[in-house]
Amino acid sequence: MKTNEVPQQNAKAFMGHSKLLYAQDQTGRYVGAPSSGWEAEEIVLDQAIGEYVQLAADAWRRAKAGAASTLEYHMYRERMDVVLLAQSTGFPKWRVRRHLKSGVFQKLPLRHRQRYAEALGKTPEQLERLPEQP
Amino acid sequence: MNAVTAPADIEIPFDHRQSAHCESGAIASLLRHAQLPISEPMAFGIAAGLTYAYLPFLKFGGLPLFAYRMPPGHVIRGLAKRLGIRMHFERFTQPEAGMAALDGYLAAGRVVGIQTSAYWLTYFPPDMRFHFNAHNLVVYGKRGDQYLISDPVIDIRVQCAAQALKKARFTRGVLAPKGLLYYPQSVPAQVDFTGAIRKAIRFTTGMMLYTPAPILGVRGIRTVARKIRRLDPRAAHHNKLLLGHIVRMQEEIGTGGAGFRFLYASFLQEAAVVLGKPALTQIADELTAVGDEWRRFALHAAKMCKDRMPMDYALLSGQLLDCASREEKIYRWLRAEVK
Repeated sequence: MKTNEVPQQNAKAFMGHSKLLYAQDQTGRYVGAPSSGWEAEEIVLDQAIGEYVQLAADAWRRAKAGAASTLEYHMYRERMDVVLLAQSTGFPKWRVRRHLKSGVFQKLPLRHRQRYAEALGKTPEQLERLPEQP
Repeated sequence: MNAVTAPADIEIPFDHRQSAHCESGAIASLLRHAQLPISEPMAFGIAAGLTYAYLPFLKFGGLPLFAYRMPPGHVIRGLAKRLGIRMHFERFTQPEAGMAALDGYLAAGRVVGIQTSAYWLTYFPPDMRFHFNAHNLVVYGKRGDQYLISDPVIDIRVQCAAQALKKARFTRGVLAPKGLLYYPQSVPAQVDFTGAIRKAIRFTTGMMLYTPAPILGVRGIRTVARKIRRLDPRAAHHNKLLLGHIVRMQEEIGTGGAGFRFLYASFLQEAAVVLGKPALTQIADELTAVGDEWRRFALHAAKMCKDRMPMDYALLSGQLLDCASREEKIYRWLRAEVK
């Protein structure tokens, strides 16, 4: 890649920042070359984020309908899944799955809800609430 | 009476230079701070950071790991080993102790590198925040409650509040940072770059060419190419997630472009001068051409994910096979040059 081929497509996600790529200048010498975004990266980033947004929206509807706990919504909202939440709380996966069920989470002792709150960067009270919109 | 006074603001003069990759960037800038001039590509190359690994048993968000560089920690340790640098590493069980130690070093005028999660760093744009626990950054001061940070992958100097930084340093899970903090303890007066470069190139080419497992190196690339050709067209959603994931690992996660191939080519150019071997410049050009192919693969895959191009697994697979055979020739040539 030559420096004049470094994509400058002002990715929204970069919020005005740029990232550094390495490219060859006119003489063929390698230099650091800032990029403000690239179509390919933007597509796959949107895809990855969109997946969590979709999962959170589905979980929000389930929680509203009483078919799942609010914890499931907050898990996806914070870009986690069962595996990651289990690793960050220290609970085994099967317990996390159980805690995602409707009714189970609210009845957990505070110290367990505290562990989820810690992992998700929220207070235990926040974890029991749902926002107006997903 | 002891009055409780707020600690004075600290700002240690530090040269912030943006890098492609967090670990090679952090260690290169710490070494430059310790009066050892070294570029990011040189740090990455001597650490033998380049690789290709397809690890189906490590799942992230249900998708296997595709790595274009060696595991976290390898760059710092590899570089220190080959250049004879003594590194100081410290981990903590108590977050408070970890923060106090950081403050202590800053008060003593020492700039330190730390490992963090990328998700809890408030200065990252929200869409760039993912749960990745092996991010590296340099702390060079503290103003009030805000730490002054030189984050290698960010173009400008940034700040982060103590509470958020503490959370980022003490997340749990895979690759948990445990508050890891590091700095070069002693840098030798005479550094043998020639020997280090030769050893590093032998390590990288050996791994890319001769690892017995078909999931590493050139064979790993071929395995993934085959896997892509055999994807079940009926599982379109899953396949798109998989391809998107591959492209993200290759391009988005601070690789300098083409899954670290451009960064490594840049290293080879510098190495050509140090070793007095012009052939390495030619090899760098070849690797750049392969890097361009990796980028075309990424662009095709991304467009197919978004239906801007018809999905064509055979085309993507063929591009990877092409990358594999061209890289194989490159590594053989490179290995012969540093014999």
